[in-house]
Amino acid sequence: MVIYGVALLAACMLVGKLIGEVIGIAIGVDSNVGGVGLAMLLLVFVVYRMQKAGWLDTTSRRGVEFWSSLYIPIVVAMAAGQNVAGAIAGGPVALVGGLVVVAVSFALVPVIARLGKGKYAVPLDDLDTAREGRHE
Amino acid sequence: MSERLLDVIAGNGLITAFAAVGLLMLVCNLISKHLTAGRIHGSAIAIAAGLLLSYIGGVSTGGEDGLADVALFSGLGLMGGSMLRDFAIVATAFGVDVEELRKAGMNGVIALLVGIVVPFFLGGAIAYAFGYTDAVSVTTIGAGAATYIVGPVTGTAIGAGSDLIALSIAIGLVKSISVMIVTPMVARAISLNNPSAALVFGGMMGTTSGVAGGLAATDARLVPYGAMTATFYTGFGCLLGPSVLYLIVRGVLGG
Repeated sequence: MVIYGVALLAACMLVGKLIGEVIGIAIGVDSNVGGVGLAMLLLVFVVYRMQKAGWLDTTSRRGVEFWSSLYIPIVVAMAAGQNVAGAIAGGPVALVGGLVVVAVSFALVPVIARLGKGKYAVPLDDLDTAREGRHE
Repeated sequence: MSERLLDVIAGNGLITAFAAVGLLMLVCNLISKHLTAGRIHGSAIAIAAGLLLSYIGGVSTGGEDGLADVALFSGLGLMGGSMLRDFAIVATAFGVDVEELRKAGMNGVIALLVGIVVPFFLGGAIAYAFGYTDAVSVTTIGAGAATYIVGPVTGTAIGAGSDLIALSIAIGLVKSISVMIVTPMVARAISLNNPSAALVFGGMMGTTSGVAGGLAATDARLVPYGAMTATFYTGFGCLLGPSVLYLIVRGVLGG
């Protein structure tokens, strides 16, 4: 059933966020530490085990894939809800500071990505088909 | 009568948001196909259009939630809010290649550290150049250059005033919005075309919304890798900002 997939996803997200909150409390930080990232790792692990055990049928998978394919529209809605006017109203310090920081950060991405085993990173092929969304 | 009809639209906020975003994406995909010959991807145009609409919404309502402050579009706040966004981000992990995570894991950790420390000191230095010379101001604005959550959390912890906190949020917003817009443009130049680079990118930028939007507009397959490291960034930033980083700034500037 589709709801099994959705419920699995929901459970992973809640457990991940709860662990993230506990980490935050443990190190005395007023913020969730990596909750979503932990939830992703949990989902990867659980799906792997369930697939091996044959517990994840096609309709259950569809419950996860549906939300995954809604990702871009949700990000568009997120963009429409950003405080863009507030960012511009921040004045020159905010604009200059934000843009310089972003430029330098971009420049550092390839430097760090080339460290260690990263230099063997293979580009994903065929960007155009990928852009249609991974699960369509 | 028109009021009752409007109530139907506003009263079904989330559904209105689905319809509105679907329409926006349709228009943007058509623009992408016919006006740019597919060179600029439809989702990149849609995200940019979303930001433009949020600017218009913010200016016309004076609120903080962009277009979502317009009553008719209040559902956008729910659809694009952190609950559904995080839910969809977690769902993208469904297609993650575990081998890639193991290969690039260490680089992701390095990126997280560099990605917090470099923007912090760079933002702090720029604040100093603009005349904010005391340790609390430099730290708060520098922390804002990490993300717009690290800024206020750090500022509150070290006793910064509300004007400084607003400024630190603004610098973080500029960062997150420019990451969304610039990522698809520079992706090729910085070899952002593989999972390892995406992991590093997420840790370097840290802003979950910027990374999510930027990677979605570049190549949707990279999203889970970038999102995974980015979600650790704000937590660690909030840990380092008011403690180690503040102490360093205070050591350098005195006070």
